[in-house]
Amino acid sequence: MNLLSTALPAAAGALTESGQTSTAEAVLFWTLGPLMVLAALGLLLARKAVHAALAVIFIMISLAFMYVAQGAEFLGVVQVVVYTGAVMMLFLFVLMLVGVDRSDSLVETIRGQRWIGVMAGLGLGVVLAGVVGRATYGPPTGLGTANAPSNPEAVARVIFGQHVLAVEVVGALLVVAALGALVMTHRGRLAPKVGQRERAERRLRDGGHPVSLPAPGVYARHNAMDVPALLPDGTPLESSVPRVLRVRGQEADAREYAARIDRVLAGGWAVGAGTFTSDDEYLGGPDGAVTDGVVVPRPDAAPQDPATDAPTHDEEDGR
Amino acid sequence: MSLTHYLVLAAILFAIGATTVLLRRNAIIVFMGVELMLNSTNLLLVTFSRMHGNLSGQVLAFFVMVVAAAEVVVGLAIIVTIFRTRRSASVDDVNLLKS
Repeated sequence: MNLLSTALPAAAGALTESGQTSTAEAVLFWTLGPLMVLAALGLLLARKAVHAALAVIFIMISLAFMYVAQGAEFLGVVQVVVYTGAVMMLFLFVLMLVGVDRSDSLVETIRGQRWIGVMAGLGLGVVLAGVVGRATYGPPTGLGTANAPSNPEAVARVIFGQHVLAVEVVGALLVVAALGALVMTHRGRLAPKVGQRERAERRLRDGGHPVSLPAPGVYARHNAMDVPALLPDGTPLESSVPRVLRVRGQEADAREYAARIDRVLAGGWAVGAGTFTSDDEYLGGPDGAVTDGVVVPRPDAAPQDPATDAPTHDEEDGR
Repeated sequence: MSLTHYLVLAAILFAIGATTVLLRRNAIIVFMGVELMLNSTNLLLVTFSRMHGNLSGQVLAFFVMVVAAAEVVVGLAIIVTIFRTRRSASVDDVNLLKS
């Protein structure tokens, strides 16, 4: 508090002889005041609730500045701690809970409500500002003597001197409010709790896959993630490819690999034999990938149908 | 600059908060309008406290803050409960007692 008072020596509630504020305070007011009105209009007009919440946070922090400038240092700090620190954060939490992207509906359920509301708000503003602004007040006293030792001490004397009962009642109110919030947001358990054991049992009961899924890739041929594993009979196993690749349509064509297995199973390799057509390919592609020919090491065999084999395979390895 | 400027600013903020309550449908924004009205009242109280050289205004503003905090807790709990049952935070959708 001493720091605040020394930082704002003239602004801590001091008034001139004619009841005017200091120039520093006037500068503060004319800087923050229009911005606060703009932020309030932002609350009124913002399409998204988060923007409205940010505008209100700005207003509250500006109000804290004004409290300190008016000699209410304790209230200024409480404003920051309670309003911006607790209340507005609670608002933001509830916004997250309810859904940030939910914007306001613009359908008028009461006809002409918007204009009636605008007129009522304008009228209220004009009446209030007129009454408050045109009334004659006595010469302002200032808080110089009331804040005699320091503002928090003087406020504490008033709170715990004249208003002890009110403090007790307000404390009870806070406890009741917290309990009420707990009761209101409590959700009874409607379904039995599902734990790890229940999940495992349900998976087995439903005939799901009991263990982890097989890894993708055909060993000794191709081990990329996008190539489905082959079952012993040569059929590709779709579930071995990661689901993301399957959704994106990036999985390799399993039939190609399966066809080759079929050929091997049918003994086609013994007749059609050599699967690589040149020495280059035997040594592998530029990236040193193992080609199909390794499985069938018969370099002297006749060339076979190139359409289904090597070129596409190299392409597969290369990517 | 006289202290009346603070009072006029508080009046403007109060009017904008009231307009927000009247116009907006999102219950949370309506609630923020209520908070804005409470805050402008606090500014009024602090200014009057300074005008009269009496700290009772500040103490009253302090109590307003405490009650507002309690009110926010309960009000937001109500909003969350309504959202859970009706999947909506719009004040227009809470018309179960209508018809």
